[in-house]
Order: sequence, then C-alpha cells, then structure tokens
Amino acid sequence: MVDSIVQLAESVRSGERSAESIATETLQRVDAREPSVRAFLHVDRDGFVAAAREVDAKRARGEQLGLLAGVPIAIKDALCMNGVPTTAGSRILEGYKPVYDATVVAKLRAADATLVGKTNLDEFAMGSSNENSAYAKVHNPWDLDRAPGGSSGGSAAAVASRMCLGSLGSDTGGSIRQPASFCGIVGVKPTYGRVSRYGLIAFASSLDQVGPFATDVRGAARMLRVLAGRDAHDATTLDAPVDDYEAACDLPVKGLRVGIPREYFGEGIDPEVNIAVRRAVSCLEQFGCIVKPVSLPHTKYAVATYYVLATAEASSNLARFDGVRYGMRKEPGPDLRAMYGATRDAGFGPEVKRRILLGTFVLSSGFYDAYYLKAQKVRTLITRDFDAAFNEVDVLCAPTAPTTAFRLGEKTSDPLAMYMSDIDTLPASLAGVPAMSIPIGLTANGLPVGMQIITPHLQEARAFAVAAACERHDALHVGAPPAFA
Amino acid sequence: MSNARTFDRGTVEHVAKLAALSLSSEEAERFTTELAAIVAHVDELAALDTSDVPPTYQVCIPADSLRDDVVVPSLSNAEALSQAPRHAHGGFAVPVFVEG
Repeated sequence: MVDSIVQLAESVRSGERSAESIATETLQRVDAREPSVRAFLHVDRDGFVAAAREVDAKRARGEQLGLLAGVPIAIKDALCMNGVPTTAGSRILEGYKPVYDATVVAKLRAADATLVGKTNLDEFAMGSSNENSAYAKVHNPWDLDRAPGGSSGGSAAAVASRMCLGSLGSDTGGSIRQPASFCGIVGVKPTYGRVSRYGLIAFASSLDQVGPFATDVRGAARMLRVLAGRDAHDATTLDAPVDDYEAACDLPVKGLRVGIPREYFGEGIDPEVNIAVRRAVSCLEQFGCIVKPVSLPHTKYAVATYYVLATAEASSNLARFDGVRYGMRKEPGPDLRAMYGATRDAGFGPEVKRRILLGTFVLSSGFYDAYYLKAQKVRTLITRDFDAAFNEVDVLCAPTAPTTAFRLGEKTSDPLAMYMSDIDTLPASLAGVPAMSIPIGLTANGLPVGMQIITPHLQEARAFAVAAACERHDALHVGAPPAFA
Repeated sequence: MSNARTFDRGTVEHVAKLAALSLSSEEAERFTTELAAIVAHVDELAALDTSDVPPTYQVCIPADSLRDDVVVPSLSNAEALSQAPRHAHGGFAVPVFVEG
C-alpha cells in the first residue's frame, strides 16, 4: 500500500484501486500487527468493509467521491461513533454504544473515508503514556517496550505501524502532539474552535481540540481541511473560512521569520532532542527562513496552570458519569448517593480520581481564588507571551517533548514527573494557538524526535508550509519504523 | 499566603465527598501523599504578581455563537433511554431518594 493519504485517496477516486481491496489489505495488516502494538480497543470489521463497498458503489454510480475516498482512518475512543462501542478508555463506559456520530466522524464519512475502529487512550484522555487506559497498554512501534505517548497513543501507534495512514486524536495539553512525536508521525492540534468538539467526550472544555494524525504532512493537511469549520452543534467553533491547507504545503517559506523560544531548550531536554531540533531549524535557514531567538517567559508556570484549570474543568465534566443515563451502575443499597459514590469509585481509575479530587479542591470554597482564579490569570500571562512573540516572528519552532519515548512503566509511580513531561505542549494549549508535531530525525538508538511548529490563531496554513518544507529536506527524513515498513 | 493550609487526609475526604467518590481507606491515604506533592508544585503560582492581570476564562469564542431558537429534530425517547442501566415508564430509573 502507498504511504500517503493523498495518493491513496486519488487512486480510489480515479478507479485505479477499489476501496474494498484497501479495506481487505488493511484488515490483514491489523491482524498481523495489532497483537504486538495493541492500538485498538475495537475493530469495526463489518462497518469498515460495508463503508468501503459503499464507496465503490458510489463510484460505480458515477458519483463524485470525497477527498478521503477509501482511506482507512482510525478514531480515538473518546469520540462517539453511532452504534459502535465507545469507552473513553474507562470501565465506567464499558458497553456504551452512542446513538449519534461526533461531527468529526460524520465529516470523515461524508468525505468517503472508511473508519477502521476505535483506538486506545488514557482513561478520559488523562495521561501522557497511554498507561492509564483501563483496558490495555499500547506499545510504541519503534520499540515495543516503550510508551507510544498519550493520551491519543492508540491513534498514533495505529498510524506509525501503518495499520492505517490516518487517525483522529484529541489534544487537551499535548495529547496529539506528544504521541505524534514519540511515534514519528505528523499530528496537528488546530486552533481552539477550528474543529467541532460535538461528540467528543469532554475532558477540559476550554482546552480540548480534535485533530488529525497522518504519515505525512500533506495527508494531515487534507484531513484538517475535511474536519475544520463552524458546527451548529458546538457554539465554540469559529466561523472563519477554512484554508486550503494542502495547497499551503507548496508555499515557499523564504523570508518567514522563525522564532526559537529559549525556554524550551533549558533544563531537562535530552541532548539528542536539542541537536535534532537545531538541525531542523538550520534546514529551514537553508530554505531562506530568518531564524531568531525569542522568549516565552511564563513557560515554566504552564504545568501548574494547566493542572489547575484542566482538572477543575474535568471535575465538572465528569460529574455526568453517575450510573443514571449510560455506562456502569453499582447499587450497594436503596440509596441514591451511595449509588453515585459506588459507581464512580468502581468505574474510574486512579488517575481520573486523582484529577477529579484536585479539580474539586481548586474549585472548593476557600481555595477558588488562590488556585482556580490565580491560574486563569497566569493563563492570560502565558497567552500574552505568545502575542508578544508573534509580533516579532511568524512561526515558533521548538521540541514537542523534552525527551523521546520513555519506557512503559518508567513514570507510572510518580504522577508529578509524568505531568512535567507535558511542559513543551501545554503553553500552546493554554493560549489556544495551533501547533503541530512533525518527525525530524532519529536518535542513535533509533527513536523518533518531533519538532513542534506553533503559529498564531487560525494560521494553520503557515505551519503546514513550514512542515512540508522540513519534510522535503532529505536530512530530516524519518519514514516508517523498521519492523512495520 | 491564603492557601497555606496543609493538604491532608481530611482535605481528601472532604473533596471526595463533594465529588461523590466513595474512596477506600488505602485510596484516601495514597491520594493524600500524591496530591500534597502536586499542590506544593501548584503553589509556585503564588510567587507571580497577577494583581493587574484579568483572568482568561475561554479563548477565541465567537461573539454571535448562538443559533436561532428554532426547534430541530433530536433523539427519540427510546434512543435517549437505550444506554441507561435501568429505565422505567419512559424515564431513567434511580433509587428512591428524599433530601431535606
């Protein structure tokens, strides 16, 4: 199978390949590779093949096919798919089958994509390694003893292992970008409000954003074009026109001012990550970009700010899981409050409980001003950092994460150490600006390194231009993991 | 500092009650240790002077984001109840409760 979403879709649109043959080949790959990667919680075999046949039938009827015709795409299990099990990686939603499609799922179907199934994640998207899933551990296709990153680790691993060429993730504090970096693929967190959240099981509503993973930049660009836009079901979606991100991949980058935020290269950065990002930046210089150092002085406060705001919002959002309308119910006796408590204690895993407790604490009487309100003010300072930087430069380039993929189990005993691994992705989430991660090289022991490209609000097209330029440079080529090429 | 109170076992039990979580004794003990370390890290925010800084509640919300108040089709009663652990008489069934 080709390694590009755009080529694959065009081969179906032209009639060179049938969607059903691609679906058959995809299921063979899933059968061969899934036992070692464990990216999926549910493979929707029947629905997937039926969708592929429908694409072929549509072409036979002479109808125009969509931009993602016959392209197999995997869906993070935090997104609702009508009639297909959706758990958010939690026991509390075991057996739940949504009665509607998330808007992004409906948009992929309308573009004639074929949906393979639901991918594993940290429970309710809370985590940086996928190890908080209630169901299974996902393995990084570059080294099966390592974490794929999180929380969208299953979506990233499915693409990295070439079980499919594209997938959907959601990013609240880095949950698309960090696994993209760890798995050597492209991952995009759009501007807050660029893509609908309707049908995304909410974690932190002022931060959550859905976005694509793909094997290459152009594939991610085509997916985002399909996904983006105003949705009447989500009042936070923006009405701005959707750019042609794919065309942006061919734009010249000569003369673009590229800022290098010094705070992202300080204490804690792996020397090999530092070298790889600086090499990528020098490649951009060869293309005529003007590189200059900038400062985002409040970066060091991002972890504390994020873990106050995100947990506060989560404690409110997760109140809906009470055993009444969907999912698990535990009824120790004829007492409503006991039912709530027992259901939530049995249904939620330790990280989710930890965050609900922290979020409830920072919102509680006597602590609201000191924690929640304070963090909202620091969020303003972090946003102003980006505003000031973007007065000087057009785009920011930085590591996506301070390290490459860590070993499974390495950080599970220390929640704070796990939180600190998000330091490079949290600031863009708090500011609501778009950011993507692209693979830029391998370390000596063969692990991929990701570079983050951050642009001002709604300037995704500019990021795609920079990302595509990097991808064209031979020195930055990464490709598929050797075991899954 | 207004938040200098120690984050202790009593705090965890109080917020667990607010959050409708019935924790086991072991869980309460472990969360007390873990959350105390996290709250100590969060306390670093207190060092920043934010007296003249407005809070950010939400970024990039469109001003005219509400649709017209027109009734459109939604889930049927049967669809809405289809995932409930228990339902009766067209509604969600819960244990009897009386709160004063």
